[in-house]
Amino acid sequence: MELLSLSAVELATAIKEGKTTAVEAMQAVLDKIRQSEELYNCYVTVDGENALRRAQAVQRRIESGELTGPLAGVPMAVKDNLCTEGLLTTCASKILSNFVPTFSAEAVLNLEKAGAVLIGKTNMDEFAMGSTTETSAYGATKNPRNPEHVPGGSSGGSAAAVAAEECFFALGSDTGGSIRQPASFCGVVGMKPTYGTVSRYGLVAYGSSLDQIGPLCKTVEDCAVILETIASHDEKDSTSVERQDTDFTSALVKEVKGLRIGIPRDYFGEGLDPEVKTAVLQAAELLKANGALVEEFDLSLVDYAIPAYYTIAAAEASSNLERFDGIKYGYRAEAEGLHQMYKKTRSQGFGPEVKRRIMLGSFVLSSGYYDAYYLKALRVKAMIKKAFDDAFAKYDCILGPAAPTTAPKLGESLADPIKMYLGDIYTISVNLAGLPGICVPCGTDGRGLPIGLQLIGDCFREKQLLQAAYTYEQLRKEGGKADV
Amino acid sequence: MSKEYETVIGLEVHVELATKTKIFCGCSTAFGASPNSHTCPVCTGMPGSLPVLNKKVLEYAVAVGLALNCQITRECKFDRKNYFYPDNPQNYQISQLYLPICRDGWVEIDTPQGAKKVGIHEIHMEEDAGKLIHDEWEDATLVDYNRSGVPLIEIVSEPDMRNADEVIAYLEKLRLVIQYLGASDCKLQEGSMRADVNLSVREKGAKEFGTRTEMKNLNSFRAIARAVEGEKNRQIDLLESGEKVIQETRRWDENKETSYAMRSKEDAQDYRYFPDPDLTPVSISDEFLEEIRRRQPEFRTEKMKRYREEFDLPDYDIEIITSSKHMADIFEATVALGAQPKKVSNWLMVETLRLLKEQEEDPEDIRFSPENLAKLIRLSEEKAINSTVAKEVFEVMFRENVDPEQYVEEKGLKMVSDEGALRKTVEEVIAANPQSVQDYRNGKEKALGFLVGQTMKAMKGKADPASVNRLLKELL
Repeated sequence: MELLSLSAVELATAIKEGKTTAVEAMQAVLDKIRQSEELYNCYVTVDGENALRRAQAVQRRIESGELTGPLAGVPMAVKDNLCTEGLLTTCASKILSNFVPTFSAEAVLNLEKAGAVLIGKTNMDEFAMGSTTETSAYGATKNPRNPEHVPGGSSGGSAAAVAAEECFFALGSDTGGSIRQPASFCGVVGMKPTYGTVSRYGLVAYGSSLDQIGPLCKTVEDCAVILETIASHDEKDSTSVERQDTDFTSALVKEVKGLRIGIPRDYFGEGLDPEVKTAVLQAAELLKANGALVEEFDLSLVDYAIPAYYTIAAAEASSNLERFDGIKYGYRAEAEGLHQMYKKTRSQGFGPEVKRRIMLGSFVLSSGYYDAYYLKALRVKAMIKKAFDDAFAKYDCILGPAAPTTAPKLGESLADPIKMYLGDIYTISVNLAGLPGICVPCGTDGRGLPIGLQLIGDCFREKQLLQAAYTYEQLRKEGGKADV
Repeated sequence: MSKEYETVIGLEVHVELATKTKIFCGCSTAFGASPNSHTCPVCTGMPGSLPVLNKKVLEYAVAVGLALNCQITRECKFDRKNYFYPDNPQNYQISQLYLPICRDGWVEIDTPQGAKKVGIHEIHMEEDAGKLIHDEWEDATLVDYNRSGVPLIEIVSEPDMRNADEVIAYLEKLRLVIQYLGASDCKLQEGSMRADVNLSVREKGAKEFGTRTEMKNLNSFRAIARAVEGEKNRQIDLLESGEKVIQETRRWDENKETSYAMRSKEDAQDYRYFPDPDLTPVSISDEFLEEIRRRQPEFRTEKMKRYREEFDLPDYDIEIITSSKHMADIFEATVALGAQPKKVSNWLMVETLRLLKEQEEDPEDIRFSPENLAKLIRLSEEKAINSTVAKEVFEVMFRENVDPEQYVEEKGLKMVSDEGALRKTVEEVIAANPQSVQDYRNGKEKALGFLVGQTMKAMKGKADPASVNRLLKELL
């Protein structure tokens, strides 16, 4: 049995059946990390010894029959912007280089309750600001499919760790595509649930009204299982929603007959790589061939999503990141007097992309500009939501690419931030409208770099998305080359 | 002064709400705990923590708004006020700018010219900041976040007041209403009520307002009255000498009885207010509003009316007793225990007020229980103790809320009602004071008083003076 190639659910089954143990699985992961981490740099912190100790404790609870769930004993990685009690949480920033939280994020606790075992914390763009995992203060992460390329971002460490088999699944966060785009670049499954489905308690906020935590994993089945585990109504998060329909695994049914799929023409225009376009449209064909009703339509307003997103996310970020001031925790620069200390700490502690967004956000909120920028962006957000509402009156889900290209080479993107921002075009509206979106692999380009298929659903329709994604994944596996 | 001026005053009053826990987390609001012991990730601004609104804060804010005749905003929001300061752990304060909970209210105050309405512009909810403590010895500043997240409401008046008396009347009225609601104890000295005074002057009859200043650090009604007077004169002096009033924030120094500029409008920070995305808009349902309305207490005017009808008390007594919700509560509870209203009133009006004044305390600080006051009144009525002893016992009860029955028993203060013992003592006093006896028999009435005094002394005060009188007359 090739342990590391198992999915999370397969591994948990093998452990339950006594074919392997949580400790063996963890040891295998740690060995793999030792081998390949120097090349990929997926993790900021590998908590090796404690991870083994945790695996031993979980193994005992599995053997005693206390833990029986589909994630019991499975080693997991957690993005470094999710608080983990007693374990360094840096957000890939120098300013939190010494920050050890006193509590764990609700999503992490839910997974630990289910018996998943924490390995360590994955690399990311600093404070989740970036699309390549190159803005990390702890070095860039490389794409395991081709280490000359980026893994995407901001949850690039999580996506890469799954792709490199340095974990069995990982948690990421998605503010404008930060789960779906790296999933696309690394050829793994990634999902952003409906806003409010997963508690944000313990997620270090970037754009609070857009942030959602979600899984990065190997299969749609794993995705459903993880989402079912982390979805919870949390009284500690006012934006958390009480849902009765979080039995996501019930949607793992191979059937798309009659499913109404809309393909927005706006997503297939200028700027889309032809190879990506072909792969995504072939995926649509495969679903159509199996009974889905596929139709093109005009979504509209797509061009306005990026400026609206960068206005709102930056505004919220500029305020959310004010607490990093050197007073209470984190990095503090030596300086004379309070104001010098603030200035030096924040100048030295934050990287250039974070500073750019703090400045942008402070600007759009400042008096005299608030109405022209921030309020206008909120109005655009409402209009985008309306455009999706109209689309979902006709379609069950929307199909398109997750990113305009496959993974760019390291160093290519940061030179031109505007171009990097434009790369978020297919993922960003989903966050603005609070919708669920999933990305599943649908092929590779001529260089062997993965291409992802994005399916977008109406709010609270994760099950429909999971069913469509699961069906596509199964058809692709069976049909072999039909789609490539 | 060549021209006649009019003063225009508006107030911003911060009131600390009497909730058990903070506005956005479950930490205690209790005063006087050791530094940073009432804190958690939320009120210390830890990364990843999130605020959740304490519903009790909303209830109090709505109750105050209704009592001040405000419109309640049915869908209100919280906004972030961004500024860097170490007492503010997130470097933004969660407050309300765009959609405050209450708007457009009024209160009525009494003025020499009759009743006057003062408009309430708005009331909003917000969180308090922590406290900075400068350690001179170490030359370091320490921060205590126990106060961080304590709920406040800010009541912003319209610029409707014209002098210090009106300002004080307005504040007294606010304080009374809020105390009656139980929403706060409103102690200026302890900072549970704080007032900033916005003041400008203009020529009488002018339509436009003058340039205003904002006065901070006013810790007592006295300071507020003086600051209003001082600032009015300062502004008039400026105008009279042809200078301009600068729009600025000033700090009152009560010791020097003067103010100095803290910052001008030009230095004003841009707070970059925007709706807090961590808190969902608060929807006020009809049921919620109805429930708060139903729970509104009897306010002072109604209470005074009822007292006039129910208890046979002079208006003066009613006025004093109802001027404090706490005192009125004690009055009513004591009466409910069977004490006669006028007797209860007397204890409150005379001895209680005297002792409060002596201790420099407010009626809100009264510690004795209605049960104990009722017991004391009963002991006195049953002539178990005489009035001198009753006052002594009351003083102890006022300080320590002792049970008067137990106290009188323990200290052996009960009157001697044993006629035989009293008769024996009177006989001894008569035998020991032949001169006075002679004087009395010669018609000197005063001599009887002396003999009564001697008897009381011999009885260590534990005799009923009326019985002593009667026995003396009988035996002489």
